[in-house]
Amino acid sequence: MKGLLEHVGVEPGRLHFSWISSAEATKFVDVANTVAKEVKALGPARYFIKKRAEVA
Amino acid sequence: MLRYTEKIQETAKRLLQEKRVDAFIGYGKGSVPMMNQPLMVSDPDRVDRLYWDNFCGLNLCNYLTKRTDKVGIVANGCNSRNIVTHIIENQIKRDQLYIVGIPCEGMIDHRAVMRAVKQKEILDIQQNGKTFVVKGADFEETFEKEKFLQSNCAVCIHRNPVIYDELLGDLVEEQTGVSPYQDVEKVEAMDPEKKQGFFTRLISRCIRCYACRNACPLCYCPTCFVDESRPQWVGKSSDPTDTLTFHFLRAYHCAGRCTDCGACERVCPMGISMRQFTKKLNKDCQELFSWEAGLTLDQRPPLDVYRPDDYNDFIK
Repeated sequence: MKGLLEHVGVEPGRLHFSWISSAEATKFVDVANTVAKEVKALGPARYFIKKRAEVA
Repeated sequence: MLRYTEKIQETAKRLLQEKRVDAFIGYGKGSVPMMNQPLMVSDPDRVDRLYWDNFCGLNLCNYLTKRTDKVGIVANGCNSRNIVTHIIENQIKRDQLYIVGIPCEGMIDHRAVMRAVKQKEILDIQQNGKTFVVKGADFEETFEKEKFLQSNCAVCIHRNPVIYDELLGDLVEEQTGVSPYQDVEKVEAMDPEKKQGFFTRLISRCIRCYACRNACPLCYCPTCFVDESRPQWVGKSSDPTDTLTFHFLRAYHCAGRCTDCGACERVCPMGISMRQFTKKLNKDCQELFSWEAGLTLDQRPPLDVYRPDDYNDFIK
């Protein structure tokens, strides 16, 4: 899935997968922070975003 | 190639007369040149409508799904692999089938032929071994078959059927030294922005007719996700994002199942190369799971099994 999404042009770093148990609070914090950091670095997504239909 | 027509007719007649099968699925000559159509025969006296040449690019497996009778079917390399996939996915049982194997030398790309004659109307095509003659009202041209193969046939490495009850010709030599994933590698080397441009342009002509889905033997869901409206998974207009979502998800549903038979591209009225999506998944399956769809009945497909050493790098 990640491979194909990145193949069609979604930037690596925008999509993350992780497996976190409910007992792994620190891991959750770490992963959430990394995701936030990496996505922020990429800036707002412009691709694969549906815009409101333009009505003439 | 043409020599198979008679053999197919003979075999179908015999199977139907001996009541080994209730119906026989093959190809019939289409109403216009280069457009052979699927044909199902159940009357032994009507087998003369069966036909075979290098324009049998549709996948007959579509007509096997959930059948309960005994069926004879014509199968070349990729069709036979789809039959295997169908059996693995419990869409039909092996003992219901009588598979008539045909070693295949590739199908001709009808669009390439149309381009070669500058889109003039073709009235007749005759094949003689490695060449074929295209006739129209005011022209006649001879082409080499080799140069007009469908793009998936040009890089095919499974021309011989993998499963059959009877073979109608000698096995052909498999192609070696072809690199099937050259185009995928080219896209992989692009940066995200270039990829976005590539795929946006690729699907820009799509009219969402779903011909690719209908021609695909893997797409047998009772209701396709694009047709559902409660919930509506994806928009139905030709909005570029919706269209990309459709192509992306259609391809993903074929992950580890696609045999690269090329039926989707063949039927596309707009000539879109949607195999760019499925081929990437085929390549991943090959690299990560050493898997090619439909080669054996004894192994479960990669998305169906768990192995402790499965590819795991994307999970943190």
